[in-house]
Amino acid sequence: MTIRLEGIKKIYQIGTQEVAALNGINLNIKKGEFAALMGPSGSGKSTLMNILGCLDRPTVGSYKLDGKEVAHLSDDDLAKTRNKKIGFVFQNFNLLSRISALDNVALPLVYAGIGRKERMERAYHYLKAVGLDTRADHQPNELSGGQRQRVAIARALVNDPSIIMADEPTGNLDTKSTKEIMNIFIDLHEQGKTIILVTHEPEIATCASRQLLVRDGVITRDAGKGEKMDVV
Amino acid sequence: MLFNESVIIALKALYSNKLRSILTMLGIIIGVGAVIAMVSIGMGVRKKVQDSISSLGSNMLIVQAGAPRVNGVRQAAGSGENLKLDDSDAIKKKIKNIDYVAPSVQKAYQVVNGNQNWNTTVYGITYEYMSIRSLTVNSGSFISDNDINTRTRVAVIGATVASNLFGSTNPVGKNIRINNDPYKIIGVLDNKGQSAMGQDQDDCVLIPITTAMERLMALTSIRTINVQVSSADKIDQVQAEIETLLRQRHRIKNPADDDFQVNNLTSIMETMTSTTTMITLLLGSIAAISLVVGGIGIMNIMMVSVTERTREIGIRKALGATFNNIMMQFLIESIVVSVLGGLVGIIIGCASAMAIAQFGGFNTVITLEPILLSFFFSVGIGLFFGIYPARKAAKLDPIEALRYE
Repeated sequence: MTIRLEGIKKIYQIGTQEVAALNGINLNIKKGEFAALMGPSGSGKSTLMNILGCLDRPTVGSYKLDGKEVAHLSDDDLAKTRNKKIGFVFQNFNLLSRISALDNVALPLVYAGIGRKERMERAYHYLKAVGLDTRADHQPNELSGGQRQRVAIARALVNDPSIIMADEPTGNLDTKSTKEIMNIFIDLHEQGKTIILVTHEPEIATCASRQLLVRDGVITRDAGKGEKMDVV
Repeated sequence: MLFNESVIIALKALYSNKLRSILTMLGIIIGVGAVIAMVSIGMGVRKKVQDSISSLGSNMLIVQAGAPRVNGVRQAAGSGENLKLDDSDAIKKKIKNIDYVAPSVQKAYQVVNGNQNWNTTVYGITYEYMSIRSLTVNSGSFISDNDINTRTRVAVIGATVASNLFGSTNPVGKNIRINNDPYKIIGVLDNKGQSAMGQDQDDCVLIPITTAMERLMALTSIRTINVQVSSADKIDQVQAEIETLLRQRHRIKNPADDDFQVNNLTSIMETMTSTTTMITLLLGSIAAISLVVGGIGIMNIMMVSVTERTREIGIRKALGATFNNIMMQFLIESIVVSVLGGLVGIIIGCASAMAIAQFGGFNTVITLEPILLSFFFSVGIGLFFGIYPARKAAKLDPIEALRYE
């Protein structure tokens, strides 16, 4: 089991009031699963995504990633976990604008402490895998939205993570690019990667093998591929 | 993450924002440059002050014959008869760190030229007296070693004596009479004016010490030995050595029985010390102020830079950068700015110090200490003022940072 969440709660203190963003999440995601996480805004979807991505800690509960408890690690240990186990793909790409596509892809390897030569080789390999080896020296602002997102996917893959977290990866893209990007995710799924895709578009979610609906801090539906879920 | 990775990241970040980096550096460049230029001017002034004070005789020790006791009555200082010319030679030979030793005798006489006469002090001196009193000869020559060896009747006269005895005519080559003996005038001294004590320094007649002792004053002892010490910090040591030597020569066991006294010009020394300390302090505070201002400039820019790059920090953190990684990145950035600024500042500071010496008519002395000091100070400032912004960056919450627009 790649991901095992048990009784995850996230409670925010707003003034004197306690607000539960997540109210007892239990979730198992197997290796190689392609899960779409859906839910309206304010549902706790982003909070769950942050916890799954080791960017945030739950207030209570247990989160085992590859069998290791990560729910209450220190900031630095969370950073190391993110570096090793999680590849992020964001809606707005989040590439560093002043460095080349190749350097962007290699960035996680810098923090993994890998030497320059190996970094560049590995980065180039993944850039080639997303079909952008000819654009390695270009800066992000010289690339189209679809290309930028492919650079970001290469970056997410470069340290061979356990899970790929994609947060609305097609939210800023046109239809054609969306299709390209989703095909890449489908390919990755076929290669056996574990993918968690956050989206509010039902059509995108249908690409996934499993669809989860979050509402009011709990998972209200958990369905297999093909079933269309009513988000609202 | 490797240290040199951090340096590369920092250099890239600075390079990608060239104008801002240069402007930030400018604070340190001006700070370090100003310190070096100012200190070199200050050192020049200090050296000039030191030189002019030592020309007053700050490094001078005065050995005087003691005041003997005759039937219980103390006589005037210098009237003792135990200080000999040999003592002067012994000091010259045996004691180190001495520039000049000038023995002298003096007595008041009436000096006569034809129908003109003038009461003045006649000094029996050696050649070194000229150096020790910073005397210069206006016309003619000074008393030579040969004159001293052969006890010739020659005289060098001060400007006051010259004008009173000879009016406007040049006295060189003419004769004057001292105690009815004729003395040939071989030189006239430059005008020195009044001393600090109000004494007319031009009112004197200088003759060879041997002539004075044996032919004019009939003395076997000398009155004063002026000793110029090579550097101010050696004065105490040389003074002690002279006292020991003279006690040995005069067979004195108890310092209370000394038949001589050695005096130094402590008050002038103290003035000099406090003056140079003040100069150093003044420059030190200028150094501190300008560099601190430069450092605050760095801090200011780093704060802006951290805010501006919040998103970058968020991305780096999401990809696995730890607190130390981010801290290091920003700290190195501010240190690189201050190191580069410091290096350029050193070049500009040295160049402007030289330019000031060249065109400003000012003496400047470039020394290594202010260069090293201001350089390491600027690095320290980069470090100190970099810590707060770097910590701020490193402590950012990745979720918040990623959301930052």
